[in-house]
This record gives sequence, C-alpha cells and structure tokens, in this order.
Amino acid sequence: MQAINIIGAGLAGLSAAMTLAEHGVSCNLISIYQSERAQSVLAEGGINAALDTMGEEDDISYHFQDTMAGGVWLADPNAVDNLTRNAPDLVRKLASIGVPFHIEDGRIIQRNFGGQKKKRTAYAKSSTGKVLVSALIDEVRKYEAQGLVTRFAHHEFIRLLLEDGRCAGVRIRDSFSGEVYDFPGKVILASGGMNGVFPEMTTGTVANSGDVTATVFSQGVRLSNLEMLQYHPTTIGIAGKRCLVTEAARGEGGRLFIRRNGEAWYFMEEKYPELKNLMPRDVVSREIFFVSHREDCDGQVWLDMTGLPEATWEKKLSDLREEIMHYLPIDPKTDPIPVEPGIHYFMGGIDTNVHHQTNIRDLYAAGECTSQYHGANRLGGNSLLGAVFGGKTAAENLLYGWIDADDPLSEKPLTAELLETKLQQKSGTDPQNVPFKAERITEEGKTQEGLLEPAAPAFVYEVRDILLSGLGIVRNEARLNESLDALQAMRQKIRNQREEQRFHLAEAMLQCALARKESRGAHYREDYPEREETYRKTLLVNNTDDGIKLTFRDLPERLG
Amino acid sequence: MNVSLDILRMDREKRIPYHQIIPFETEDERETVATALTAINANPDVSDHTGNPVEPIVWECSCLQKKCGACAMRINGRPALACDAKLRDLTDGKNSVITLEPLRKFPVVADLMVDRSIMYENLKQIGVWLRDEANLTQEKYDLAYEGSRCLQCGCCLEICPNFYAGGTFAGTAGFVPTVRLISELTGKERREVKRAYRKYIYNGCGKSLACRDICPAGIDIEHLLVNSNAIAVWKKN
Repeated sequence: MQAINIIGAGLAGLSAAMTLAEHGVSCNLISIYQSERAQSVLAEGGINAALDTMGEEDDISYHFQDTMAGGVWLADPNAVDNLTRNAPDLVRKLASIGVPFHIEDGRIIQRNFGGQKKKRTAYAKSSTGKVLVSALIDEVRKYEAQGLVTRFAHHEFIRLLLEDGRCAGVRIRDSFSGEVYDFPGKVILASGGMNGVFPEMTTGTVANSGDVTATVFSQGVRLSNLEMLQYHPTTIGIAGKRCLVTEAARGEGGRLFIRRNGEAWYFMEEKYPELKNLMPRDVVSREIFFVSHREDCDGQVWLDMTGLPEATWEKKLSDLREEIMHYLPIDPKTDPIPVEPGIHYFMGGIDTNVHHQTNIRDLYAAGECTSQYHGANRLGGNSLLGAVFGGKTAAENLLYGWIDADDPLSEKPLTAELLETKLQQKSGTDPQNVPFKAERITEEGKTQEGLLEPAAPAFVYEVRDILLSGLGIVRNEARLNESLDALQAMRQKIRNQREEQRFHLAEAMLQCALARKESRGAHYREDYPEREETYRKTLLVNNTDDGIKLTFRDLPERLG
Repeated sequence: MNVSLDILRMDREKRIPYHQIIPFETEDERETVATALTAINANPDVSDHTGNPVEPIVWECSCLQKKCGACAMRINGRPALACDAKLRDLTDGKNSVITLEPLRKFPVVADLMVDRSIMYENLKQIGVWLRDEANLTQEKYDLAYEGSRCLQCGCCLEICPNFYAGGTFAGTAGFVPTVRLISELTGKERREVKRAYRKYIYNGCGKSLACRDICPAGIDIEHLLVNSNAIAVWKKN
C-alpha cells in the first residue's frame, strides 16, 4: 500500500488533507512553506454560497447561473453544478470548524459581490482567506497529532515520478537540508496559480512560482485555457507587487470614476445600470482600459468609497482602510484612491474533469493550479469556494478510485452517498494509516537532477515582459505574433531545465491566446471582438516532442 | 538613496557566520528590505563593498504585503518583516548602514533563513484545535477574529524575555491561536483548553508586553491577554 501525497498546503491542499483524515486515511502534506505563507491568506472579500440568509430568495440555481454566465459559459456545467449545489453545506461546515464569518442574530451575513444579483458572499471583514486558512490549519493539526497527516513544510516539488503512463509518486527536495527524496504514491497537486510567470505584476505571492505547473506540463500533464488571465479591476502598485483592493470595496458601495473633461464620470453606473460597479471583473477591467485610453479622459481611474457609512468602515472594512492608508497613503474614508487593473487569477491551468482527475492516472489537481469551475472569468468569492471544495472533491475521488480502481466513475460527480457505500464495501482493505515512506536519493542522483537550479531572474523577467505585451487586457493577432517571435529569440538564452520549462509554458500561453479567435470573458481580441459559439470549447494544450499541440474539446452537456 | 546592507551570513554547509556589506542604490522611495534583497539576488553582477561577488542570499519571502510572516528577520537589531521595512525609514543623514540578521531564537538554516518548526511543535503541544463544533456568539466574535490573525512569523518570540525554544512557555505565537479556541468552545472542551492555556501561556508570561509593539499584524495582544486571563485564570466568562 502506498501513501497519498498532497503538493501545496494552501486552502486546496489543507482541504484535501482534512477530507482524507476525516475518512481515516493518512497523507503527506508537502509544501515549500508553512500554510500561513500560502497565497490563500491574501484572499479578501469572501466565499460564495446560496445560504439565502439575507431575505433575497437566493437559490443554488442562481449561483449556478451567475457562475456560468460570469465564466461566459466556458466552465464545465456539471462541475459548476456540483460546486454550487454543495456550497451552502461547505460554508456551514467551515463555520462549524470555527471560521469567524460575520454573524448577526446567529445568521451568517452575506455581502454583494461582482456578477451576482443576490447577496451571496460570506465574509470576515476583508480578511476572509486568512481566517479560513487559520481554521483549516488548526483542523489539520488535530489530524497531525493523530498521525493521520504528516507535514513536510520547507519541501520543494521537483517533479512527478511517472511509471507506465501513471503517476507513481513525487520527487521532493528538503530546502533546509538540501536532501532529495522520492515519495511513492498517488498525488494531488494543489500548487496554486502561475504568478511567478509574471513577477511583480500580480497580486499573488512570490512562493507561487509557477514551476510546478511548468514542470508537470513538460512531463505530459495536459493544461487548458491558458489564455484566460484575470485582471482584477482595482489594484494598487506597492513595492515589488500589485496589491489587491478587495471587490468588497464596491460590494459595500464603492464607485469607480474617471475625470472626463475635468468632471467625475461614473462610467460603470452609466453603462451598466443594473449591476453598475459590480459587473464581472473582466467587464470592469476592460471598461477601465477603454475609458483610460479615451482622449476626453485624463487616464486615471479612481475608486470612491467616501460615501460608505461609518458602520461599514468599522465593522466590515476596517482592515482594508488600514491597508490603503499604510500603502498609498490616502484615507479612503475621506478621499478617492487611484486604482489600476492587475493580474490576479489564472482561470486556466491543469486540465481536470469533474472528479479532479488529470490526464495522467493517479494524478489529481485542485485549487488555482487547475482549470476548473471558472471558465473564461472567475467571479469574486468563487476562488475560496473552488479551492476548499476542489481539495475535498479531489480527495474523495482519489479515495473512491483507490478502493475500487476497476469501477470507473461515470461523468456524473461523485456523491457523498456513493462514496459512503464504497467505503463500507471495502472496509476490510481501507487504505488506513499508511505510514509515510520516502526514499532518499543518493548524492549521485542529486547531481544528475538538473531541476535543482532555479531559472535565472533575468530570463524570467525578459519572458514576463514579452508575455505582458501580448497578453494584456486587449489583445490582437499582430501583437501576439510579435510576442511569439520575441519569445522564440529567447530560446538560445535557455541555460537550464527550469528555464526551458518556463519557456514552453510561456509559449503555450501565447499559442492559446492566438488560437482563440473570439472574445470571451478575460480573453478580449480587438480583431475578433465578438463571442463565437464555435469557440465555446475548452482549449487543450499538450507539450509534446514535436512542440506545443492545441486542440479544442467540446463541453459536456449538463446532466440531470 | 544609497544604503549599505550589512548582512550576517552563513553557508548551509560550511556553517561559519560572517558579515557581508553590500552597497545598494535605489531611487524608489517605497523600496523595502524585501525588494532590496530580491533585487540583489536578481543581479548576477552585484559585489560587496570589497568588490567580492555576492552569492545568492538565502531568505524566505512570499506575500510581500505583511500578511504571511515568511520574511521575519532582525533589521537594525529589531525583529520585523522585511517587506514591512522601508529603507527610507531605516536610515538617516548620519547612518546609511542597515543590519540584517537571522532571528536568534531559532536554528539558522542558512543566511537569513531560520527553522521555526518549534512554533508548530508548541501549537501541537498546547493542542490548538477545536475538540467540538464551534459555538461562536456575537459578543465573542472579535476575539475569534483576532485569534485567527496570527502570522506565525516569530517576531513576538524573538523579542520576548521569557520565551526560549524547548521551554514550556509557548509565547504569544502560541497564545493568539489559542484565543480562537477559548472564544469558540464551551463546557468540558473549553476547560481543557483553559488548562493548557494556564500551563503553556499564563504561567510563563512575565507580562513585559514587549510583543505588543512588535507584532507586524498589529494584533491587539494586550486586549486578548486581558480577556483570556479573565476567562482562563479568573473564571470570568
């Protein structure tokens, strides 16, 4: 019997570990840093679930509809159905493990968020990601004490171990001792977004280097929809990165304006009278781009929160106010703040089905590293949900497949009842309390491992600038081709394996953006400004010996 | 702005500490110790004040906006997050040298990277997890929220006159997450946590409150202490 190895200890990884432990199954939780350093702690505004606590007759069908429409119908409808259907129970579960959601009179209060017509976002001020991570850390610690979860913090992913086309384990380096180990067993990747492809230009963390995705891509793991980069409408530049100004600022009443001929113009309210400043993020970022390039406007968009009531600042956004005053320094209570769109989320990534299986057997993926749930544009509040639910779902499917490898799942998502039946059937051979077994690689093996050398920063920054030029908010074929040419010229500068892998990932991103000759969600092509039904397909990308290969795959029908 | 970073370094294997002084120039007023270290590591041609090449400096860094605690180190002798330490605030007309040292209460892995595992061992020792479903009431909300905010950076332990690695006292980094449990549990489960609180936190705390002004997350430690002591020691609710 082998172990289960989870790569990444942010929300998706913690959720997977907790789920396995709840079923009495042990796992190794492997991460470059401790969970407190994970990008999940930066998530601010909240988590979506149709709890219907606000007297607005919300329903899971509306959550489904908004998520699909927000993603411009590019997400797998069965996966989104599963996500939104299970969201209320999941959020109640999070409350039961002590996440301090904002409560009044015993009910969880929900706020407005972009692309949603109902108040559906549960929150804790604008530190929702942090408090979620804290509760899950404590919950997982309970299982660590029971010996069910074995943590390997300060352990860096090197590569997957593949045998006969299936995933047989993972190679890991202890970044304290420098020792290299092989961990046999099945693998769940929960390694986060590809922020390190765009250093200093995203709202994410330095630790999310993108190397895991780049490495598994080179090993034959299929990716999809890499052209779908989310630019968050409201970020501010701080030393070394973009800093997010939460969508909750607009959810609680903040307004965007630009000076047109010297006068404040609330362009979102004028153009979108229903949702106004709370249109989905792709729409808001694009409008900001357009108005700031108009000749009658002065180029700077402002976020005006001066009309927010005192109680909102005190109870709901005190942390946001402190942050803005620290970094700008402007008091958003009395003055508008200048904002710009910034790269915030990767809708694309490792291609997974509703069961969170990748194209490699025994390899699963969850959280931002996957291309799951969000289609062409993610709604605010769905990332925390997708991470926690994805980790749980990946773990449950892995468990099901482990108990009965010969009973392949249908296209329908796995239900709790089905899993329970399976667990009972096989109670005699449960993979319980499997001890961790790692094999140390010899000195000789270490020196042969070219992956230990990081990509040179100069190389990384040059590739970044090439990508930014092609993959802005507004794209066209000529600029994408220029970027591809410039990237090809970088080929001769490749000095090590990690640089080569980053090169191929960058190439794949540009190829995806070229191939999708339409405008959909975050992918806006000024040469193809319309949405085309023929392109309502998942764009698959493989890294083969003959180069990058793209194919479009039809989306499944929604099953009843 | 011209500064010199005086870094206490140590190779992972040779394990002989030494000082290296690296001149650094920037026009950016927002530049922090974190962005300066990033820039130095990104420049293969950088040399120290004697002209010797600078090997990449080993340190931990993740969020760059004081929300993750990775980059804690001693900056001019004071524990702080490198991403929260503006170069402009660390120098004046007379002195342009900024000293960077690893935290001293933890074993050094290499350069500015330390092994903070003891913090996680302590949390396990205290038993920081819910034993039952959370029962959060509105009046305890602020305590649960504040108790969820600790970064586990270690700055409070570094400054604490009572904490040492291997001792019974878990320090503020052990205390803050315990507050969430005290605020969310009831009955027998809560009594269990209160016992652990007295043993690992209350009994060892000398009330110097040195941690109060050092916490990079700005957690109101004094307020949490007063409340927790009232509940766990003086049996108030």
